[in-house]
Amino acid sequence: MTVALSGKEIAAKLEKQFPGSVIESSEDSLLIKPESLLDVASFLKTTPEFNCDYLTTITAVDYRDYFEAVYILTSLEHNHSLKLKTRCHDRKNPSLPSVFSLWRAADLQEREIFDLFGIKFDGHPNMKRIVLWEGFPGHPLRKDWQGGN
Amino acid sequence: MAIKTESFVLNFGPQHPSTHGVFRMRMTLNGEVVVDMEPVFGYLHRGIEKVAEERTYKQNIPFTDRLDYLASMAGNLAYCLAVEKLADIPVPERAEHIRVIIAELQRIASHLIAVGAFLNDCGAFMTPILYMIREREKILDLFEMVSGQRLTYNFMRFGGVSQDIPEEFMPALEKVIAEMPGFIDEYDRLLAENEILLARAKGVGILPKELAINIGASGPVLRGSGVKWDIRKADSYSIYDRFEFEIPTGTVGDCYDRYRVRIQEMRQSVRIIKQAMEQLPEGEVLTEVPLRLRPPKGEAYGRIEAPKGELGFYLVSDYSPNPYRFHIRAPSLINLTALRDMAVGWKIADAIITFGSIDICMGEVDR
Amino acid sequence: MAVEKLPGRYIYDDKELDRSEGEGIEALKAHSQDVIPDPDKWLDEELKANILLTSVDALLNWARRSSMWPVLFAPACCAFELICTAASRFDISRFGMEIMRASPRQADLMITAGTITWKMAPQVKRIYDQMAEPKWVIAMGACAISGGIFTGSYAVVPGYNRIIPVDVYIPGCPPRPEALLHGIRTLQSKIAKRSLLQEGK
Repeated sequence: MTVALSGKEIAAKLEKQFPGSVIESSEDSLLIKPESLLDVASFLKTTPEFNCDYLTTITAVDYRDYFEAVYILTSLEHNHSLKLKTRCHDRKNPSLPSVFSLWRAADLQEREIFDLFGIKFDGHPNMKRIVLWEGFPGHPLRKDWQGGN
Repeated sequence: MAIKTESFVLNFGPQHPSTHGVFRMRMTLNGEVVVDMEPVFGYLHRGIEKVAEERTYKQNIPFTDRLDYLASMAGNLAYCLAVEKLADIPVPERAEHIRVIIAELQRIASHLIAVGAFLNDCGAFMTPILYMIREREKILDLFEMVSGQRLTYNFMRFGGVSQDIPEEFMPALEKVIAEMPGFIDEYDRLLAENEILLARAKGVGILPKELAINIGASGPVLRGSGVKWDIRKADSYSIYDRFEFEIPTGTVGDCYDRYRVRIQEMRQSVRIIKQAMEQLPEGEVLTEVPLRLRPPKGEAYGRIEAPKGELGFYLVSDYSPNPYRFHIRAPSLINLTALRDMAVGWKIADAIITFGSIDICMGEVDR
Repeated sequence: MAVEKLPGRYIYDDKELDRSEGEGIEALKAHSQDVIPDPDKWLDEELKANILLTSVDALLNWARRSSMWPVLFAPACCAFELICTAASRFDISRFGMEIMRASPRQADLMITAGTITWKMAPQVKRIYDQMAEPKWVIAMGACAISGGIFTGSYAVVPGYNRIIPVDVYIPGCPPRPEALLHGIRTLQSKIAKRSLLQEGK
């Protein structure tokens, strides 16, 4: 069975490595600052103890005050998984760092989040709309999107 | 005197006999050789994630049929597992066994079409796919007996299945399972050593192991590249840990390996169904759940090993009857990330075969 | 693992292409806010004028309805019921339709087997325009009639009859192969009532 790693234990280890990067942690997930996202992600990928070489999914949720991006990472070797979250409070021009350089699985998924939420990912080589067409008014999955058919 | 050549752009449009659905590629070609390739998606984007936020949890079950419409039962099962995780709903034993039987039958039906369409692309025009559809019709008759529908079943519910299997189901299932291994062997015998298939599919569309892991591939695409990762064994859901089955893997990661993995998976599915049939207990098939279910506040990620890969649902609930966020982790979209790497440098015909061997379903890619 | 550096651009300007296609889609969307009326006015006219079919008409109509060739157009789930209808159990070639032409110029029937989205709508219009007269359209499935289960979505056209005129509607989600065959027979009986005097209207 895939073991879901405890957010609190990982937070303790991350605090030693990157002090100040963890905002809060709970049993099943870990909330980190957007600025430290790339460092933390590459630490989790390259350290043999975690070895999270497989990015299961990236998704985003609109919580009205902020956007939250959720990353589910898995290690095929150790058969464990963990959930990373990061928030973006800017609603006019939201942006987050891209993890494309670590996992190419982020390629199409980050483009889709940009298309449907409007969050730009810095460092992505091809940041353009994927499922909707250029000229579509707005980003439909936002809670305050005024559109409809 | 050398002939001057230059690259040109060919639009491999959304309506084309070889694109499995409405998929578009803008190919940059130098003669027949693909120099570059840009996939364009979205021609079947129906906005399911947004529409689902306005429906109740139970009303969203039919949407999950229409994602991968060749494996609707798998879609239903993944969503029901995610909601059961979110709301802590138990599932009776008989329902678990029925779910396993139905899910494995669905895997066989989906792989039949996958292999048939792949061979259609290879040039064996219509013969293999008509044979596959003949066998698939037998499985669809079984599904019609339990759910009343042939393609989009809406059969699974939170806490079990919607109704018990009728009396005529078990004898009919035994008949189909008795004939299926013979059919798979006959098919394999005709095709496994076929010269044309070997020439067209061996060594074509190679996906190296590290790249497969890096792009997040799953299902036969990942296993064809040599990684032994199957959610049914690695993160067992339902009652899969009680059954004995093997996980076939490939070696090189070319189209031929993926074809072999699918054929062997069909054999393993028959094995699982036989074990589940023997162990089927009596009892209820559904736990009572309120019509407008309000799961407690929280989130859950439920996943299964669908025929095309890892199908997952990420649900966020805010104690209202409608989901706050309904995200679908679609295997076909993520498996397509490496299409450009696999196709560049080969001829157009090889690019088409590679695309066919990844086995996608546009309903899932675009949602 | 070293990540390959993807090229930033192709030999064509993909952003420009996307932009101009997007403009086309928005223009079509603004243009398609009303339903195109079904092409069945000629049925009423014929009954009023009481024109009897001549034997030339009968021969022509028999030839046309017995050998309709569908264009291979298969966006979504209904496509699989179409394929199963064309397969050996519910043989569609009994009705003369086993050849599905990939090129719309050689086809005269469009069976719209799937949901239509605004992004796909210009392509559907293009395929329909490329078909030669006489041509017919069967709207197969709930999504083709009215948008189906996805009505209200921001990306779905509520029915093919916003974009192209439809002759026969087949309900179902997806319609069984028998239902599709019934729809085809209905279309054939509609063609049987055509008259040469109606051509070009």
